[in-house]
Amino acid sequence: MADSTQHSATVQDFARIDEVTALKERTIAQKVFASQPFWVTIALILICLIMNWVEPTFLTSGNLYNITRNFAFIGIMALGMTAVILTGGIDLSVGSVMGLVGVVCGLLLQAESHWAVAVLAGLATGALAGAVNGVLIAYLRLPPFVVTLGMLSVARSLAVVLSQNKMIYEFGPYADQFNWIGGGQILGISNPVWMLVLLTALFGLVFNFSAWGRYLYAIGGNENAARLTGVPVDRIKLQAYVAAGLTAAIAAVMIVGWQGSAINALGTGYELRVIASTVIGGANLMGGEGGAYGAFVGAALIEVIRNALLMAGVDSNWQGTFVGAFIVLAVLLERIRGKKSD
Amino acid sequence: MALLELRDISKHFGAIEALRGVDLDLERGEVVGLMGDNGAGKSTLVKCIAGNFRPSTGEIRLDGEVQHFHKPADARERGIEVVYQDLALCNNLTAAENVFLGREPKKSYGPFKFLDYAQMYTRSGEIFAELKSETRPRDLVKRMSGGQRQAVAIARTRLKDAKVVLMDEPTAAISVRQVKEVLDLILRLRDKGMAVVLISHRMPDVFTVCDRVVVMRRGTKVADKAIADSSPEEVTGLITGAIRAA
Ligand SMILES: Nc1ncnc2c1ncn2[C@@H]1O[C@H](COP(=O)(O)OP(=O)(O)O)[C@@H](O)[C@H]1O
Ligand SMILES: [Mg+2]
Repeated sequence: MADSTQHSATVQDFARIDEVTALKERTIAQKVFASQPFWVTIALILICLIMNWVEPTFLTSGNLYNITRNFAFIGIMALGMTAVILTGGIDLSVGSVMGLVGVVCGLLLQAESHWAVAVLAGLATGALAGAVNGVLIAYLRLPPFVVTLGMLSVARSLAVVLSQNKMIYEFGPYADQFNWIGGGQILGISNPVWMLVLLTALFGLVFNFSAWGRYLYAIGGNENAARLTGVPVDRIKLQAYVAAGLTAAIAAVMIVGWQGSAINALGTGYELRVIASTVIGGANLMGGEGGAYGAFVGAALIEVIRNALLMAGVDSNWQGTFVGAFIVLAVLLERIRGKKSD
Repeated sequence: MALLELRDISKHFGAIEALRGVDLDLERGEVVGLMGDNGAGKSTLVKCIAGNFRPSTGEIRLDGEVQHFHKPADARERGIEVVYQDLALCNNLTAAENVFLGREPKKSYGPFKFLDYAQMYTRSGEIFAELKSETRPRDLVKRMSGGQRQAVAIARTRLKDAKVVLMDEPTAAISVRQVKEVLDLILRLRDKGMAVVLISHRMPDVFTVCDRVVVMRRGTKVADKAIADSSPEEVTGLITGAIRAA
């Protein structure tokens, strides 16, 4: 508690009050140590070092190239998911939207469309699916869980219908350009990883330094208060779901390019890996807490552990078990942390 | 001509009639106490004035001009500020972010606009100093005491020089010393020529700072008289219905 003698309201006292109070605020170091992404980063580094000690091929550039590319798709989707989770919502449809976007891109390429047309149509499809989610949730006030579960089913079914349940791999005259987007590399780092880094920086900037970003946190913190003070809550929520749809579409475009083919099962089960990434990175499923770097490092941790298990000879079918356990553990940890700070 | 004139304001939520034909005038430099039992319609009236609700019928005039507020920003634009009953704070944001919520100052870098944190911290720090509050701009609201939270909510009304300040139970749940600070603040606002509406259940507060007391019962105004012509006993009777009107 500040000393009451420092609180006379004469003008020259202002600076003094500031100086005194600044000292008592939490320092940046304290904030970092209290943040989940920091500890996840530490865990990530430790696991990598241990793995490299056990299995010296782990930190080779080849394996790193693969690991980073593998988590890039999940990480990109986790960024949009973070926007939604910050508002206290959830988007279960991102995996299915990815599948639908992949099929849309594949069909257009097969019909010999320009690669840019395929990309734009893919992005538009993702944004549209997000917008439908957003309108139903923000304006018709339906629960996000129900709406996006519905979209999970609808988008997947549309993907199956549109693809006539066939794999699409004849990408027409612009195949090479399209495939480079997701399958190429620049300076030895795969394009999806560049995209993830770029988007993480962009989302980090937006979350922390734009009014839109602050509104996401405000809505998650106290939606009613945000509404009363004049935050355009409904519009912001709609936009958060559009962002989630768009990031799913970006990831879809890149993954289809990397694989050089589109199947309607693309992205099945990804919603859980994406949600797990954000939660491990410190996002609170109740809303109001989380960040871009957290989504990035959360996705990285899951993939590194998965890769480590594979190298250790654990059957890859265990993956679902450990992703599920991770979500529950992360939420449990959040509970314990929340209790402490209250 | 009064500063703010409400004419025949009604508001219903489905079958619930929260307000029925309320008339109210506010003069510059006047503090009006608004009293009434829970559910009498006080908060609803404040939210109609502040642009949170659109009245079902009736007219709001500010400086003689008819107003149609569609959202809180419209009312704020015209100089109407509110301290909401539950304070309307976001626990996960800092004091400064809460003060500026919905009207953040921005700096432009080419086509991009970023939040101007420096300005948010200095300006809210100045306001807290002016309010003689020990609130620190960078602290998270969830770590704050009741009085500090109050200061954050009140600080919002000081960003611009308002014409009308509406306070919905600002002295509920704070300590005696802090109540006195809030009441002092109300008098300072009044001295600057603002009209203040103070909703309170605390009879002493109303009889200390208000010039006039308005009593509501079940959505209607049952009394509107100078404090000097009334008494706590009479107001209590009006609130409970023991006295029908005055
Ligand atoms: N958003 C709303 N929807 C439905 N009914 C409401 C709403 N807000 C207030 N009411 C009702 O209006 C009446 C007046 O409430 P309120 O203005 O909060 O009273 P007070 O502030 O005097 O305690 C109550 O019956 C309350 O239930
Ligand atoms: Mg009330």
